[in-house]
Amino acid sequence: MSTTTASTSPSRPVRRLGEARPRYGERLIKTLLLLCAAVSVATTAGIVVALAGPTIEFFGEVPIRDFLFGTDWRPLFSPADFGVLPLVTATIVVTACALVVCIPFGLGSAIYLSEYARPGMRKTLKPVLEVLAGIPTVVYGFFALTFLTPTLEKIWLFGEPPSVFNALSAGLVMGVMILPTVASLSEDAMAAVPQALRQGAYAVGASKRIVATRIVVPAALSGIVASFVLAISRAVGETMIVLIAAGGTPNLSLNPAEAMQTMTAFIAAAGLGDQSTGSIGYQTIFAVGSLLFIATFVMNIFSIRLVRKYREVYE
Amino acid sequence: MSATQIAPTSQRERLLGGLFRASLFVSLAIGILTLCWLMLSILIEGWPRLNQDVLFHFPSSNPELAGAQSAIMGTIWVVGLTALITIPLGVGAAVYLEEYADRDRWWNRLIELNIQNLAAVPSIVYGILGLAFFVRGFLGLGQTVLAAALTLSLLVLPIVIISSREAIRAVPDSIRQGALALGATQWQTIWRQVLPAAIPGMATGSILALSRAIGEAAPLVLLGGLTFITFNPEGLDSAFTVLPIQIFNWISRPQDEFHVLAAAAIAVLLVLLVAMNAVAIFLRNKYQRKW
Repeated sequence: MSTTTASTSPSRPVRRLGEARPRYGERLIKTLLLLCAAVSVATTAGIVVALAGPTIEFFGEVPIRDFLFGTDWRPLFSPADFGVLPLVTATIVVTACALVVCIPFGLGSAIYLSEYARPGMRKTLKPVLEVLAGIPTVVYGFFALTFLTPTLEKIWLFGEPPSVFNALSAGLVMGVMILPTVASLSEDAMAAVPQALRQGAYAVGASKRIVATRIVVPAALSGIVASFVLAISRAVGETMIVLIAAGGTPNLSLNPAEAMQTMTAFIAAAGLGDQSTGSIGYQTIFAVGSLLFIATFVMNIFSIRLVRKYREVYE
Repeated sequence: MSATQIAPTSQRERLLGGLFRASLFVSLAIGILTLCWLMLSILIEGWPRLNQDVLFHFPSSNPELAGAQSAIMGTIWVVGLTALITIPLGVGAAVYLEEYADRDRWWNRLIELNIQNLAAVPSIVYGILGLAFFVRGFLGLGQTVLAAALTLSLLVLPIVIISSREAIRAVPDSIRQGALALGATQWQTIWRQVLPAAIPGMATGSILALSRAIGEAAPLVLLGGLTFITFNPEGLDSAFTVLPIQIFNWISRPQDEFHVLAAAAIAVLLVLLVAMNAVAIFLRNKYQRKW
């Protein structure tokens, strides 16, 4: 930029179009629009500030070691325990159940839609699948509690059947909810794989299955992994399903048939209790919230980076 | 690749290919069948209470008399207000990012990355933000319609921005260049040419964002919207309840009659969402131009 202006001699000033007179109205509008865009940055800043204050106060009273590595979560009892591990393991168990559904079936749906379905079929099936993502989470929670859990009890083959509230049905239903996210993002990534790669493979005699599994999926891998990471982030942050169907008792267990309380369910349950500002109960909401925000933030940024990577390569 | 693979497709490969294709189809069917199971079971469960009482009665401790009138009116108030706040902000931000922002500037790239991240922040975190700033703290609005609408506005803002940007990007550059060549200023070009052409896409995106706001319960639970409300909101500073919260309330009661009522209210909520989505699809098909 600077080299081109330097090459024109300074004695003959270049008159650019549109600079005849200053237009203050235009500048004002641009500034107002910039402010609209800045609201989103202010939101992130607001989240960080809102979380940081009470979290710092919380760690003034509870050592960070006890919080991260303690195995008992009884914040409102006396004597209180603030070990967040039961909430973390519950979150991991529910997320794992969700991934068991959404990763294989989401990826399968994506491969089918991208490689096998005819255009007309894709045009009708994709919106139907996306309806799943638009159903409110309370509805999924109700479905898990009143329909899926009784069904699981009936078909349970081994050991103790799942309790009324359990991580398994909450996780499975959550997996169905996230399935369209995985399917749609993975399909986008596969659609971005150049046709020439597929044709090259067909030309050397590869079958359709080989093209899909050895050419298209590896070529779209960064986008597919991005969709998985986003799915984990969604599962970790989902609240209403676990609040309704997974139960409200902190439970350090890896058995998905048991009732357990996730980080999000704790936050919501504590919010229901209407904690007074500044109390330790109020601060725990923010401490657990910080942990949740940091975990999902790291995953989101990782996923956004991966999507950019495949866009740079193919688009 | 080795030369042996050039041979015509073997029997084994044909079988594997068929199995692979079938398993892919099953994955797709699982999502769609679950959707059907969910819809049907809720409709059957809620059928006995699916009459006008659900729409016109107020919540009550007697499940025979209870209805969702105050929740429906609360939803209309909160989501209507959310639309008023979030659509101008979202469209403004999208116009800035698409028409004005210079991608080489770090702050513009930061805004973009920030919006992508915000779209994936758990909704309960927005509830924490609302609790700290809107209900208590700075604004101190209490558990009111306005506090709920502000929280939901921030929650759906990234969705509105992202879909509006796509709509603006779909307007071809030749339109802008034509307007600029005729002497229009940049804002005149945007206001008279780009925005009218992008309205169908922006309307579709905004409706989808609002349908997300209608179904959202987690952040409002945290704001304290679970109180027993037997009256309709009368203003911005009125206490409120919304449909998903009322449904959650009924689900968490032990009596089965309330579960039937919850299923009926879910059916109402789903009908509302389907209607909004139908409007969005109709707008997109009718008005969206292909250049």
